[in-house]
Amino acid sequence: MYQYDELDQALVDARVAEFRDQTRRHLAGELSEEEFRPLRLRNGLYIQRHAPMLRIAIPYGLLSARQLHTLAAVARRYDRGYGHFTTRQNLQLNWPRLEDVPEILAQLATVQMHSIQTSGNCIRNVTADHLAGVAADEVDDPRPYCEIIRQWSSVHPEFTYLPRKFKIAVTGSPADRAASEVHDVGLHLVRDAQGQLGFTVLVGGGLGRMPIIGQVIREFLPVADLLSYLEAILRIYNRQGRRDNIHRARIKVLVKALGIERFRDLVEAEWQENRPHHVQLPQAEVERVRAFFRPQPYEILADLPAPAGNARLQAWYRYNTHAHKVPGYRAVFVSLKAHGEVPGDMSAEQMDALAEIARRYSFGLVRVTHTQNLLLADVRQRDLEALWRELEALRLATPNIGTLTDMIACPGLDFCSLANAGTLDVARQIQQRFDDLDYLYDLGEIEIKMSGCMNACGHHHVGHIGILGVDKHGEEWYQITLGGSASGVTALGEVIGPSVRKNEVAATIERIVEVYRGVRADGERFLDTVRRLGIKPFKEQAYAPHPAAA
Amino acid sequence: MRLILRQRELVADAWRYAGEEAGADAPLIATLAELRTDPERHLARRGALGVRLTPVDRVEELATHLPRLALVACEFPGPGEGRGYSQGRLLRERYGFAGELRAVGAGVKQDLVFHLARCGFDALELAPGEDPAAAVRAWQRYEVGYQPGAAQVVLRRQRFFAATPPA
Repeated sequence: MYQYDELDQALVDARVAEFRDQTRRHLAGELSEEEFRPLRLRNGLYIQRHAPMLRIAIPYGLLSARQLHTLAAVARRYDRGYGHFTTRQNLQLNWPRLEDVPEILAQLATVQMHSIQTSGNCIRNVTADHLAGVAADEVDDPRPYCEIIRQWSSVHPEFTYLPRKFKIAVTGSPADRAASEVHDVGLHLVRDAQGQLGFTVLVGGGLGRMPIIGQVIREFLPVADLLSYLEAILRIYNRQGRRDNIHRARIKVLVKALGIERFRDLVEAEWQENRPHHVQLPQAEVERVRAFFRPQPYEILADLPAPAGNARLQAWYRYNTHAHKVPGYRAVFVSLKAHGEVPGDMSAEQMDALAEIARRYSFGLVRVTHTQNLLLADVRQRDLEALWRELEALRLATPNIGTLTDMIACPGLDFCSLANAGTLDVARQIQQRFDDLDYLYDLGEIEIKMSGCMNACGHHHVGHIGILGVDKHGEEWYQITLGGSASGVTALGEVIGPSVRKNEVAATIERIVEVYRGVRADGERFLDTVRRLGIKPFKEQAYAPHPAAA
Repeated sequence: MRLILRQRELVADAWRYAGEEAGADAPLIATLAELRTDPERHLARRGALGVRLTPVDRVEELATHLPRLALVACEFPGPGEGRGYSQGRLLRERYGFAGELRAVGAGVKQDLVFHLARCGFDALELAPGEDPAAAVRAWQRYEVGYQPGAAQVVLRRQRFFAATPPA
């Protein structure tokens, strides 16, 4: 993985010193809450329902064992012994004390980590495909470009006070495992007819109150032009994006208002006119960064058959491991979706143990997926059974990846001051109702994504089944959508009808998936059945019969 | 007497805004709206002329007047208003403006100084109550940076460079 040089370290250290001073001035009454707010947000610090929340950047989801140990130590010492992995590959601590945050950041800096720009109206942590570098279908490894973007976007002089937040995702594979089409900018690595590497650039995607799929602004952008072109997009957005209404301030609103053609013309004109001042991305710099992401020193091995015997091991192999481009290896998902646990939560003990497991089984590296699981990317197939036993003992081997209980959920009303409704108890309700693994396997691939409010941190619009918490006269209700998807063909889900009461969510989902079981074609996924039939048959059965009618 | 930070030094401001008392030929900062209303009178005055832009003003409108201007001021009315950074960079880079580039407004506080200077601002009218000594220190809050930036901040190390070195 990338290792900081003296510049990277000096910048992060200076940032810690700056925030230490800002926090001191705030606590001393020299900086009002209004003045402190944009500064703390740009360091990942929210003031939440119960306590501050600190969002730590895990750039493109890549963590070393040493970093994971440090996260565990921080969670234990400054929080309540656990952390929450998010859909943008970050880690959130829910209970730090404000006065401790500078010290937390100082400790993170010792292992080349930070929380720079993980919130606030600026360029956020860049995300990538969790199978980067090991998937057979990728054009190129997206991580070097993510690292370049991370550096270029950090403490940017011009683009740190944007109209609204700005999220970039990079995918190296046409399968798009980074949800790039629902980002402010999505970058798809491609090769042109001459074999030259570049990006297809999408702009204006996003979820939230106005879910919209990104549109292509540039079919092919050479790698050398990456940063200058991003600056052109950001300059148009910084100058012309709306600042009068926070709900209309994302770049998607500007792109929609102007239309993609007009927006493209503005960006291209800006980019051309600014040519003498383009920020350069020399090939030598690309190569310097790429060198940190060279393939691991794999052994020369042959592929082995899937494990036999133990049925749970077989299920784990089938659901929680993924093909690797190198023979004899597999990528292994570490499920953070154990039934009874909060999706994405991990205890400090689990972090420490997994860090050691990563050292022994996967070159000392762990990845965070945007589905709130972790991944050991490079495991020898012959080690799978031993690894499975260790993960099982840690409750990190629930064989449910890609199934209905591998759901995404934001922290919801329990923690977040924006939320309208709880998500965690609904997640538990769903886990309880769908606790039979054989039933889950029969249902096959189904993604549930749940958000506690319109801001859509849980990506509900792009869930095969989306659940959105809404507030109805002070009560928590849940709106259900069907047919969303963030991979392959990105699609936004359709609302099935009136929202349901909290205690009815899991039962409603069961009625929906029962419809699917009744009408699916042989081997047809839930999403494909919804696409084929539309939402009507589901809608008709989703709502419980009225007691009087029974 | 207004004090401003110019090139990291606290100095008395010789410039006046319209409505502030001064001699007829004293350096004057007009708003873009005032310049637009009566360009001949402003451009013909004997004293130095500056223009103050609001965040919504487009620097392109100033382009033809820049040779006549000794100062451009950009407004930073509060935390979060970021259009002035683009105005500054455009004036310095695209239009090669070499006069005084001044940041004004309630948002001009020490925590923005590093960004302002990197975007080419060399003069700051600090918000009321701001400590000039702290603002001077903030000018060099980081001694490294990734992006190209104006010569107002000298970085010890920088990663990415512009096609043309900034003035």
